[in-house]
Amino acid sequence: MPEPLSPKAQQRLDEIRVAAEAAIDKPAALGPDVDITRFRTVSEQQKIESLESLQKQVKETVIHSGFMADETDRSASYFQMDRTPIYERVQKAFDDAIEITSTEDALRLWPEEMIEKYWWRAVMPDKDKYTALVALHQTEGYFIRVKAGRKVEKPIQACLFVSESNVSQNVHNIIIVEDGAEANVITGCNVHVDVKEGLHAGISEFYVGKGAKLTFTMVHNWAADFSVRPRTGVVVDDDGIYINNYVLLTPVKSIQAFPVAKLVGARSTAVFNSIVYGLKDSYIDLGSESQLIGEGSRSEAVARTVSMDQSTVYSRGRLIGRTNDCKAHLDCRGIVQSPESTQWAIPDLASEGAPGAELSHEAAISPIAAEEIYYLMTRGLPKDEAISMITRGFVNIDIPGLPDVLRKQIDKAIEETSKEAM
Amino acid sequence: MASEKPAPLLQIEDLHVSVGDREILRGVDLTIGEGETHVLLGPNGGGKSTLLNTIVGMPGYRITQGRVVFKGVDLAGLEIDERARLGIGIAFQRPPAVRGVKLRQMIDVAANGTLDDEAMAALDEDLSLGHMLERDVNMGFSGGEAKRSEMAQLLAQMPDLALFDEPESGVDLDNIAVVGGAMNALLKGEERIAERTRAGLIITHTGHILEYVNADVAHVLYSGRLACKGNPLDLIEEISSHGYEACVGCKLCQSL
Ligand SMILES: Nc1ncnc2c1ncn2[C@@H]1O[C@H](COP(=O)(O)OP(=O)(O)OP(=O)(O)O)[C@@H](O)[C@H]1O
Ligand SMILES: [Mg+2]
Repeated sequence: MPEPLSPKAQQRLDEIRVAAEAAIDKPAALGPDVDITRFRTVSEQQKIESLESLQKQVKETVIHSGFMADETDRSASYFQMDRTPIYERVQKAFDDAIEITSTEDALRLWPEEMIEKYWWRAVMPDKDKYTALVALHQTEGYFIRVKAGRKVEKPIQACLFVSESNVSQNVHNIIIVEDGAEANVITGCNVHVDVKEGLHAGISEFYVGKGAKLTFTMVHNWAADFSVRPRTGVVVDDDGIYINNYVLLTPVKSIQAFPVAKLVGARSTAVFNSIVYGLKDSYIDLGSESQLIGEGSRSEAVARTVSMDQSTVYSRGRLIGRTNDCKAHLDCRGIVQSPESTQWAIPDLASEGAPGAELSHEAAISPIAAEEIYYLMTRGLPKDEAISMITRGFVNIDIPGLPDVLRKQIDKAIEETSKEAM
Repeated sequence: MASEKPAPLLQIEDLHVSVGDREILRGVDLTIGEGETHVLLGPNGGGKSTLLNTIVGMPGYRITQGRVVFKGVDLAGLEIDERARLGIGIAFQRPPAVRGVKLRQMIDVAANGTLDDEAMAALDEDLSLGHMLERDVNMGFSGGEAKRSEMAQLLAQMPDLALFDEPESGVDLDNIAVVGGAMNALLKGEERIAERTRAGLIITHTGHILEYVNADVAHVLYSGRLACKGNPLDLIEEISSHGYEACVGCKLCQSL
């Protein structure tokens, strides 16, 4: 029998439930509304002893998001199939540095600490129907904690996999990088090749401690009929650094995400990098918000978007300065490669009572200049190679911690799409 | 020198070129043989860059009459990159900046992937490229840096015909020596003096670059045609004291 919760913790859980119940029909501020009642929740699956025992097709799918069945170059792994965390392992060398488990297990193991500090503290359960859905019908999610002072060089990998159609996967993820620790987390969300419709609602709450650093790379690999509604809140303490890399290279029915970094710590930093390909009739609405609260906080957001076919892409970026000594910049560029595609670039800056805040942006949507293509051709490069080199340069923003396999993946996508654009 | 006249590398015959609906070149004839270095003079807006852009095949420069033949091949219908691979290289007057493409990549492309680390290091040293190698090409390059970057790309490419559009403009005295050294290396290929097959066409207003590069002959592009030719330094001297109009048809010019 687990010990009963303290009245305070129990009260907090009740509050979360009540708030979520009230918000279960509340549409999100952005993105097309999804009828969440159409989906049943994901099913239980068998646990596995080794990632090698994953189906070949699954292994091949997840590798596209940087998830390796061979864990030689990984410090820890989490694999969730539908509703079940089928595999959780920390490599020996990092045994005392990393804890990795499902969030529901974490809540069972350390209920008081979780509820007091981390459980729905960075994302509000009543933000919209998707947060409410996860709060009321959570289907696991990963919990990762990197212990104080431990710098884990090898990436930690997590995969959230959906193998069934017409389901919703409602995950709640928590990452804690304690004071002075460093971690590089690569997460991939994937669906089985046969999966058609579905919903992924993912709550992520990240806590970056004093002087800690979290590099979080997410590669989305969705099905064309999938709707995706991640909700992410990140809290960064003094001198902490949060780096968010996001890559989307496959079609998706609709995705809407707007992660928020609360830079509460003095000299805390958030960096958002994103590379987005709008393909087929994808509806993509992505952005980020940095709240510059701590003295000396800094933020940078770099977004590169290439849109093709009938896709619609919104690229947003919001910077809110709340302290005098803060500085942030948005750099958001897009190329529209199809007459049927639409792109919006929406930078959004606010200084809330912070006369010294320095916030700036550059936003542009424009094609590759012909004279740049000709210039490369004068050095002997054929036109199609010149176009892909320039496009690659356009999206090839300096992404720290991006695994090679992802870099190659991005290059391949550029190669394919620039050929199509000829 | 061998008595046999070398086969012409480049032959331009009665070339008329329009940009939009304006005719800029009106009957240019020019022959450049292997191993020769020519100079192209002429007033601003006279069409010098237009001639070079036409040779490399830039779209927008429409040949309405005449032809350009390189190594016996009529260039009409050849794409820019095909001409480059045939052996034509250019250092632009004002090269465009390309975001996301590093100078190092441009050099690799120009060398068609044949440049090893040692050769790259040598280029870096000869042209003091330094941090420029890892920067987006021409993005915020100073005037002199842009010229050195163009030279590095040409040296990597080693074209049989190198076209230089005002290689010394905006370049300080120290850097003129650097740029001139690169041009010399390209045109004369010191180790292979016997061969000396590479040819050059240099646009210059001041002739300062000719202190570093030996040129055989200069042409004046005036009113859309090559109005006269002669000894490069003598012609520049004449132009600087009497102007273009007086020069064209003066006694220095071997009239055409
Ligand atoms: N791409 C272009 N579009 C429009 N006009 C052009 C273009 N290229 C050249 N021209 C025009 O053709 C004429 C010749 O220009 P060109 O650049 O060839 O002169 P130039 O002899 O190189 O001059 P400068 O000594 O100033 O460099 C000019 O009137 C110029 O404006
Ligand atoms: Mg010119």
